[in-house]
Amino acid sequence: MEGLERIVREHPFFSGMKEEFTNLLSGCAKNVRFEAGQYIFHEGDPADQFYLVRSGRVALQISAPARSLSIQTVGESEIVGASWLVPPYRWGMDAKALELTRAIAMDAACLRGKCEDDHALGYELMKRFMPILIQRLQAARLQILDVYGVHS
Amino acid sequence: MAYTAEAPAIAAGDDPMVPRIGRVRRRVRELSDVWTLTVEMEDGRPLAFAPGQFNMLTAFGVGEAAISISGDRDRADSGLIHTIRAVGPVSGALTRLGPGDVIGVRGPFGVGWPVDAAKGSDVVIVAGGLGLAPLRPLIYAVLASRKDYGRFALLFGARTPADILFRREIEQWRRRLDVEIQVTVDTSGEDWYGNVGVVTALVPQASFDPQNTIAYVCGPEVMMRFGAAALRDAGVPDTAMYLSMERNMKCGVGLCGHCQLGTAFVCRDGPVFRNDVLRPLMAVKEL
Ligand SMILES: Cc1cc2nc3c(=O)[nH]c(=O)nc-3n(C[C@H](O)[C@H](O)[C@H](O)COP(=O)(O)OP(=O)(O)OC[C@H]3O[C@@H](n4cnc5c(N)ncnc54)[C@H](O)[C@@H]3O)c2cc1C
Ligand code: FES
Repeated sequence: MEGLERIVREHPFFSGMKEEFTNLLSGCAKNVRFEAGQYIFHEGDPADQFYLVRSGRVALQISAPARSLSIQTVGESEIVGASWLVPPYRWGMDAKALELTRAIAMDAACLRGKCEDDHALGYELMKRFMPILIQRLQAARLQILDVYGVHS
Repeated sequence: MAYTAEAPAIAAGDDPMVPRIGRVRRRVRELSDVWTLTVEMEDGRPLAFAPGQFNMLTAFGVGEAAISISGDRDRADSGLIHTIRAVGPVSGALTRLGPGDVIGVRGPFGVGWPVDAAKGSDVVIVAGGLGLAPLRPLIYAVLASRKDYGRFALLFGARTPADILFRREIEQWRRRLDVEIQVTVDTSGEDWYGNVGVVTALVPQASFDPQNTIAYVCGPEVMMRFGAAALRDAGVPDTAMYLSMERNMKCGVGLCGHCQLGTAFVCRDGPVFRNDVLRPLMAVKEL
């Protein structure tokens, strides 16, 4: 358990967070690994975890008929999954490990419970999620602009 | 207005408004709509240039377009190299020229990348799409005297894996142990195992000392704006960032005003600008 607490504390996503909080959060954490090519979750499945990537690389994909489009890859020190934060708690995309990926899986129901019990913890967590969500929104906007295309 | 950079001018005696005649020696298809032409000057005099400079190329009977030089300045005598994307009449006609065809060349024009400014510092290059072409001469120059620079990161973004310009060369550079090369694409299918996401997302992951870095950015204007913002967020000051601008050009020598950007002429004061100089110019939206 001490090992997991340390891993959670040392993951950049939690950097600077009070130890009291990381210890609480560690209660929702477990170590997981995914082989190259393995799906971590599928679009529409219940978003019951989120992942702190420790090593490896994960592609976030949207399936279209006869193909899958990758729209972002996420690597070491980054996170996978935000749908656990908001109802109806279902994944909006697929996530697939591109290479052997080690991560910490955080149980969503457990986290939501702890955040409801302790709003200060919830706020700390939101402060870490929001910049990432905004960065990803900004990136998605740039992708929609298709800046490398020829425009008339 | 501009900073000081090495900028060879047109050879004495040549009229900057009269094209010199060249002949295409080689035509290589890089991407579905992009070709690289190697041109030899008919009079045998090679065209000396600095990384980041451009020429006005004429497809006779069609027109003239500004095209950056994408070759190695140290190998100028083995031909003048341009990488061109067919987007309209002139660029389309230029990319259809084959070996032996005549092409007009005026230049070199403009102020290029300050290569020496980064000596002793880390170098970060952020390139998007065809923006890698004007940066390639700079990459050659840095790699040619690699020990004069600190860490070297090349961050390159393309639309899809099929749009990765100079792919074989990037793979060769990547084999070196003294460069960090990251490539990302905006979107991909299942046949790509590299990064997916916008090029700006690579900036926080690259290793460089922001207080001792010179950054060079080239690509579509929106991408450069966000690229510069990502560099700024990483701690690189505007005075250490250089961006290459594109505006419609006609004369190429600061006479006609076609390429005006605020109070500057891109052909004469640029195309490469230091970002602290560029930002106020960009603020005047209607020009
Ligand atoms: C300093 C400088 C350096 C340049 N370097 C290069 C280079 O190395 N290689 C290169 O291929 N081009 C380069 N360009 C751009 C090139 O000059 C133009 O693409 C060319 O003039 C287009 O002329 P055209 O007659 O073929 O098309 P136009 O009829 O002028 O344009 C056709 C269509 O393409 C769009 N278009 C025009 N230019 C671009 C562009 N750059 N990107 C995307 N869409 C565009 C127009 O909006 C229009 O819809 C450079 C421009 C400048 C100012
Ligand atoms: S192109 Fe004529 S002034 Fe720049």
